[in-house]
Amino acid sequence: MKILVPTKRVPDTDQRIRVREDGRDIDDSNLPFVINPFDAIALEEAIRIAEQGSDVEVVAVGIGSDLYEQELRTALALGASRALLVETDTPQQLDSWNVACLLDAVVAREQPQLVLMGKQAVDDDANQAGQFLAARLGWPQATFASKIEFVGSQIRVARETDAGIETILVSQPAVITTDLRLNEPRYASLPSILKARHKTIERILASELGVIIEPRIELVEMETVSSERSCQMLDNLDQLVTQILEHAGGPASDAP
Amino acid sequence: MQILVVLEHDGESLRAGSLSAIQFARQLAQQQDGQLHALLLGHDCQPLIEQARQYAPLLVASHPQLAYPLADRQAKVIADVVRNQQATVVIAASSTFSKDVVGRAAGLLGGCMASDVVSHRWHDDQLLLKRPMYAGAILATVRLHGTPSIITVRATAYPAAEQLAAAADVETVTVDEARLPRGTEFEQLDSKPSHRPDVTEASVVVSGGRAIHNSDDFEQLVGGLADCLGAATGSSRALVDAGITPNALQVGQTGKIVSPQLYLALGISGAVQHLAGMKNSRIIAAVNTDPHAPIFEVADYGLVADLYEVVPEMIDKLSNHNA
Repeated sequence: MKILVPTKRVPDTDQRIRVREDGRDIDDSNLPFVINPFDAIALEEAIRIAEQGSDVEVVAVGIGSDLYEQELRTALALGASRALLVETDTPQQLDSWNVACLLDAVVAREQPQLVLMGKQAVDDDANQAGQFLAARLGWPQATFASKIEFVGSQIRVARETDAGIETILVSQPAVITTDLRLNEPRYASLPSILKARHKTIERILASELGVIIEPRIELVEMETVSSERSCQMLDNLDQLVTQILEHAGGPASDAP
Repeated sequence: MQILVVLEHDGESLRAGSLSAIQFARQLAQQQDGQLHALLLGHDCQPLIEQARQYAPLLVASHPQLAYPLADRQAKVIADVVRNQQATVVIAASSTFSKDVVGRAAGLLGGCMASDVVSHRWHDDQLLLKRPMYAGAILATVRLHGTPSIITVRATAYPAAEQLAAAADVETVTVDEARLPRGTEFEQLDSKPSHRPDVTEASVVVSGGRAIHNSDDFEQLVGGLADCLGAATGSSRALVDAGITPNALQVGQTGKIVSPQLYLALGISGAVQHLAGMKNSRIIAAVNTDPHAPIFEVADYGLVADLYEVVPEMIDKLSNHNA
C-alpha cells in the first residue's frame, strides 16, 4: 500500500505574525518555519500505519521552492519512505485549487491508495485542498478524522463535526484529512535526523506535471488585526458579578 | 447574478448559521440586482421545507441516499443544481458541514472559493471579501477569479435573515440515484444532547480552560455558572485534548467561532488559537490566577483569582439574584 502525505511549510504558530509594509503578504523574514501541524499529524498516522502493516510506503510531498527541502528532510527523519518536491517558480503562495491540481497530477504518477493530509494549513486557514483533491479525483473523502481504522477493503473514520463524532466508512482509494485528536506526533531522533541529511529528495518541476497555475483567489491586501482591549482589573468578586449582570442581557452580538 | 444558498440542518430545524448566510445572500442580491434561491438536501424533510420557504424560494433535493450529509453524494447534487440554475454565486454558513460538503462541491465546480468570510464590499463592480488568516491575526481582502464563486460566511458576521412576508415557492430537484457516488457509507453520529444552548448561537458563553481538573468540576463550575445565566458552555483546546470536554465545545481557530454579548473565560490562559475563536465577543471577562495571562490583553474585565474559589460564590450570588 502506498500513502501520499502532502505537507505544507508554514510559519511556526507560536510566532507573532505581522503584515509586510506593502500590505501584500506577511513579513516572513526571521520567522521560523515548520510542517503544518495538521500535516504533521497526517504524517504521524501514515508512519504508524506503515509500522503496523507490511509493505506500506509513505511518500511525503512538498510543493514550492528549495526552501521546502528542510521540512521534507524532517519528514524523512520522522519515518517517511520517500520525499518528493514539486518545484514551482511562482513567488506568491499557491491557493488551494492550484495545490489540488498539482497533487492530482502527483497522484496520477504515484498511484497511492490513500492520501492523508491536514484538514487545514494554519497559515491561510482555508480548509479546502483535501476536499478539492478528492473532488478532482472522484475519490471518497473523510475530513476531520479523529480515528482511522482499516476494515477489510474499507476504512472506518471517526470525524469531528459540529454535531458530534460522526463515523463513516470509505472505500479505497480515498482522501482523508486529519483533525487534532487523531494522534500526537513524535519527535525525530538525532540519528534519524543525521541519516535523513543524506537521503535523496526527488524533484519534479510543476511544469513537467502539465498543470497550468491559474490563481482562483487573489490576495488584494492584508491587515494586522489588533484585538487588544484595555482591561479593567477588578478588585473583587462582587464587581465581577455586577459586570456579568450588566452585560449578560440583550441579543447576541452581530459584530464581525 | 444567480445566487444559491446551501442550507444546513439537523434533520429537524435549520441551523442558525444558514439564516446568516441567507442575509448575506440577500445583501448581494440587492446590491447587484440578483436572484436568490435556497437549496435543501435531505430525506423526509417536510417540516424543514415549511421552515426554509419562509426565507427564500426553495429547491428541495430529497432522497433516501441524501439522508446523511455524506460529502461525495451531496456535493454531486449541489454541483448539478448549480449548473442547472446557472448560479454564479454559491453561499453557505461556515461550519464543518460546509467545509466538507460545499468544499467538495466547489472542487467539482472549479475551486473558486473563499471560506470564513466576515465582511464584503463592492469596488468597481468587483466583490471584495474579507477573511481571517493565521488564526485571526491577519485579515485578508481577497477577490475570486472564476465562476461560480463559492463563499462561506461566518454566522457571527451577518445577522439572521427575517422571514419573508409570504412563504416562497418550492421546487423539487430530481435526484438520479444511479449517478450518485457510492464510496461512502454512514455508520453513526455520536452527539451528546445538551439542555444548554449551542455555543455558536448563545448570547452568553461561559468557557473553561486548563485550570479545570476533571469533567465533574467542569460540569459543576462552568456548567453551573452557565445555567445561572442561561448560557452555553465552551472550552479551550486543552480540556478537549485531555478528554475533559467533548470536541463540540471547543472554541478556537480549529473549533467553534463565537461572538456572544458576554464571554466569560474561566482559567483560560489565552493561547492565540483560542483567542481566534472568541476575541470578537462584545464583552470579555476573564478569571485567571496568573495576572500576566494573555487572556487579559483581549479582555474588558479581569479578576486575578482561582476559579475553584470564586465560581461557587458567583453561582450563589447569581442564583440569589435570579430568585
